[in-house]
Amino acid sequence: MTHSLSSPISEEAIRELKVGDQVLISGTVFTGRDAVHKYLHDGGELPDGVNLDGGILYHCGPVVLKDDNGEWKVTAAGPTTSIREEPYQGDIMKQFGIRGVIGKGGMADKTLTACKEHGAVYLHAIGGAAQVLAECIIRVRNVYMLDEFGSPEAIWEFEVRDFPAVVTMDSHGESLHKDIFARSEDALAQRR
Amino acid sequence: MSRLRESLIELIRRTSAEIPDDVQTAILRGLEQEKEGTIAKSALEIIERNIGLAKSKSQPICQDTGSILFYIDCPVGLNQIEFGREAREAVKEATKLGYLRQNSVDSITGKNDGTNLGPGAPSLHFHQHTSEDTSVRLVLKGGGCENVGAQFSLPNTKLDANRDLDGCRKVILEAVHQAQGRGCGPGVLGVCIGGDRASGYEFSKREFLRDLDDRNPDPKLDELEQDILKTANELGIGPMGFGGKTTLLGVKIGAANRVPASYFVSVSYMCWAFRRDGATLANDGEITGWLY
Repeated sequence: MTHSLSSPISEEAIRELKVGDQVLISGTVFTGRDAVHKYLHDGGELPDGVNLDGGILYHCGPVVLKDDNGEWKVTAAGPTTSIREEPYQGDIMKQFGIRGVIGKGGMADKTLTACKEHGAVYLHAIGGAAQVLAECIIRVRNVYMLDEFGSPEAIWEFEVRDFPAVVTMDSHGESLHKDIFARSEDALAQRR
Repeated sequence: MSRLRESLIELIRRTSAEIPDDVQTAILRGLEQEKEGTIAKSALEIIERNIGLAKSKSQPICQDTGSILFYIDCPVGLNQIEFGREAREAVKEATKLGYLRQNSVDSITGKNDGTNLGPGAPSLHFHQHTSEDTSVRLVLKGGGCENVGAQFSLPNTKLDANRDLDGCRKVILEAVHQAQGRGCGPGVLGVCIGGDRASGYEFSKREFLRDLDDRNPDPKLDELEQDILKTANELGIGPMGFGGKTTLLGVKIGAANRVPASYFVSVSYMCWAFRRDGATLANDGEITGWLY
């Protein structure tokens, strides 16, 4: 089943989503990866203009260039591996009110628990699909902490339209990743 | 700008934006296999669309430029210092042009100066040969798949893996299982049996230079390659770890001698965004042909 999502998202809307649902995301998305997570977890404050309440955080280090008119242009923007943010994600989700995290590869129990308690989902984008996903980014609204963290690690504010992802961890404690891991483990045991 | 540098920039552009035919064919085979209406099918459809878009727009297939690995086969007289300098300048220029992401970070300070240059970056492997020809191959290997690589020291009690090919099979399949979808599957394995800890991984990466459809000339390794490919695709991990039939697109295994005390199996995982290309070069650096 395909759902449309756009921020700010209510807890109620998030609770309707189930593992395996496909979503198309529109509206505002902020990027944040390793440097941002560590910074926020160490007590850093969000820069003025970044509001994650009811929002979507995207684990992404895009390729962004300035065009001839001085406008930012995203040339590649797929997800990065999310598990690196596992130590921080659950706390950051709760602290800033994040309802959706886009990334790839899934996350583990700490984040899954936070999704359940707080009302959030993990949205798996297609890793490596930098061009398809860049086409869904219709505008770069702003960039924050570019000097501190460099381009891939900065906080980019994107306006997206119909950005495709799959719910692989929902707010009911279900994780497709745990499920597939267990099933493939059984299949492997039979073939050892 | 030197002819060589121009050629290397073109090699980088092609490698970054155009997936090799053998890989695309394997992805299409996977797409046909997956069931209609599944998220595995939809993932492969997006991947297929992405391959087409990247090529038509001449932009990176994946935003993660990854490690930049050059493999140069050259005659005895080639000036490797000069070649290295041109390769580094080509990387810097290709980064400015957006073919590569600003992707190289100082490990101590955390600074990214935006050039993709620094100690060990890019990595250049020269190999002298008796022929007069120079060829250069380039692999861009993303970080997500690099992170799921694994090295095993046999015997491994937990996996009941002894120092034989069956033991190798067990640990290689374990690496596939541990990776799940995190290496951006469907992936390709490059494996080295033997070597030391450094050379094992280095040899395993060279396996990615092989054509996906080739067959291993060693019948035992060929059998192991086919077995692992078939078995991995029965595990139900699927594209992106979403479940499905397409977990691996290929398995390439080589062997290096080891010392009696060590028995390493080094497994490198390559994502579906398998960026590999190569060119032959004339003496003035002009591209005379493509290798893939």
